[in-house]
Amino acid sequence: MIKYVDEYRDGEVARHIAKRIATDVRPERTYRFMEFCGGHTHAIFRYGLSDLLPPAIRLIHGPGCPVCVLPIGRVDGAIALSKQAIVATYADMMRVPGSNAMSLFRARAEGADVRMVYSATDALQIARENPEKEVVFFAIGFETTTPPTALAIRQAKIENLSNFSVYCNHVLTPPALRGILDSGAELDGVIGPSHVSAVIGIGPYDFVSEKYGKPIVISGFEPLDVMQSILMLVEQVNSGRAEVENEYSRAVEGNGNARAQMLMEEVFELRDAFEWRGLGWMERSARKISAGYSEYDAEIRFGLITSSASDHKACECGEILRGIKSPKDCKVFGKACTPENPLGSCMVSSEGACAAYYSYGRYK
Amino acid sequence: MKKRMAVRPLDIGKGRIEMPHGSGGRATAQLVEELFLKAFDNEWLRQLNDQASFHVQGGKMVVATDGHVVSPIFFPGGDIGCLSIHGTINDVAMSGARPLYLSASFILEEGFPLIELEKIARSMAESARLAGVAIITGDTKVVEKGKADGVFITTTGIGMVPEGVRISGDRARPGDRILVSGTMGDHGIAVLSKRENLTFETAILSDTAPLHELVAEMVACAPDIHCLRDPTRGGLATTLNEIAHQSGVGMKINERSIPVKGEVASACELLGIDPLYVANEGKLVAICGEKDADSLLSVMRDHPLARDAAVIGEVVEDEHCFVQMETAFGGMRVVDWLTGEPLPRIC
Repeated sequence: MIKYVDEYRDGEVARHIAKRIATDVRPERTYRFMEFCGGHTHAIFRYGLSDLLPPAIRLIHGPGCPVCVLPIGRVDGAIALSKQAIVATYADMMRVPGSNAMSLFRARAEGADVRMVYSATDALQIARENPEKEVVFFAIGFETTTPPTALAIRQAKIENLSNFSVYCNHVLTPPALRGILDSGAELDGVIGPSHVSAVIGIGPYDFVSEKYGKPIVISGFEPLDVMQSILMLVEQVNSGRAEVENEYSRAVEGNGNARAQMLMEEVFELRDAFEWRGLGWMERSARKISAGYSEYDAEIRFGLITSSASDHKACECGEILRGIKSPKDCKVFGKACTPENPLGSCMVSSEGACAAYYSYGRYK
Repeated sequence: MKKRMAVRPLDIGKGRIEMPHGSGGRATAQLVEELFLKAFDNEWLRQLNDQASFHVQGGKMVVATDGHVVSPIFFPGGDIGCLSIHGTINDVAMSGARPLYLSASFILEEGFPLIELEKIARSMAESARLAGVAIITGDTKVVEKGKADGVFITTTGIGMVPEGVRISGDRARPGDRILVSGTMGDHGIAVLSKRENLTFETAILSDTAPLHELVAEMVACAPDIHCLRDPTRGGLATTLNEIAHQSGVGMKINERSIPVKGEVASACELLGIDPLYVANEGKLVAICGEKDADSLLSVMRDHPLARDAAVIGEVVEDEHCFVQMETAFGGMRVVDWLTGEPLPRIC
């Protein structure tokens, strides 16, 4: 049984916090807070959190959805790999459209061997069971899913599993946050990453307050965490503070998880630059497999060259990921673009702003 | 019984399905006689005709068919055999009908162990016997190894609807009450817990069960039930959306009143799925006029298969046909159709 979950979904407590937020907000202003993570976006919609907030609080959905920020070129890369190897990946990645409306799902229907896995270790198991075939793990995600991928690569080396490799698309949170703040998004504060912070700690967010003068509160993914973080942000804004605060202290320690960080250091190194959907090319914003493990790098093994491909013309995922537009502003939202037939990546993952809005919030 | 055709009996213990078992020749006849007929034995099947004939009374007859491809074949609380009986009985019963006869069609993969097939046939026979229906005709085909996954079973059922009962998915009207017969998501979680790449410890059993007797008592209590449906694939969320669209209405449900077992909620939390989208195989959704709701609920709670029945919401006017839910947290949200295929081959 999972304990300590219901406590963070208690409607009574929520109403109590909501009342405090409503009392604290100044009538003359609005509070524009960006929840960075898709996990927050999902919680906000799934629990109907905005119904409890006063109209002065405006929530802007951030880019912290790994599926959403991966550019089309990298999806095309995975589809190309599926012609030469078994490709194992997380379920949502299978539905993301690449160029020419191709997806890993479609590639599978056309004969490719694409498998849905729950973790990098599942992919490793597929490699053990198919020694005569190449197996590529299509790895995506922020710092939360990076250490498990590192573990799988290290394990492959220990076992000398030569048919296993990783198509690494792991990205970093702080550069994305910097990208958002540089893009001119009008924000009064940030609801900061939850699980990511458990890995990297709190220090990496100092620039948000020091350089950009914005408050940030590290927040858990439960709806009460988000409510409490909003209250903390309102209080910071009202008192003119811009600090890094930690609401999620039950899981996040100041320095993060040292072992996970060392593991990432060992197996990965930073790329000079990486393309993000919506945010463009950003320096030192993603990881690749380090020289010591390069034999497990699928890009090297298969000589894969990733090229930039443009998004669907009508798709507004870019602007939505930067917090400039809301899903409702997109002309194809809910019409040509639905979870069944997504044109853009934000409509795929349940953490994507468009999918969350479509699945949970359309009645408004 | 006619004279045995085959000299050497089937080796149920060690034997496997081979291509000739589907050829229509002597091997097929032997499989039918020694395995299926032995398990399902009844006066219609015993005639070994290509069809079964029986007399019917006047009235309204319903027919339903359901294919079963569940993986794994044996799961906590059931197997593909009993599931294939309950699935079709329930589809028939959701019209208010009393199910009478079933047919069963097997697609078998070359190499499938006979001992497992016998176990499945016995499970079907036992479920049919307990439910008071007979499997009166069937078919067996065999495909090459790798072209199927063990066994697929399609069953078709027919039943008779009592006079005056007019249950249909397009009859939900604003003001109607929405009831469920018990906890949501048990079957899907039981099956998922045994998937090869997803083994987790749980005591959850599938809820697979025939619902026609429960339905008979409900119909006797409230003959004017508007809609009945069993929330199988896609779960409660999908079933409510189907009915909302068929009837051209909206729905408002309350998360706190939807029964979900603690273990199911925990497993869903771990897997990142919503119990409202997880399949059930022994539960139903009923929609009835406000005046019938209390008595219907009490009749349901008196039945062993619906002890946890609850009123979960009501039908409202809504041109968009949205199903909305007041969350336990206190906000509102849409409960949408299931998207994609997160839980394939659940039934």
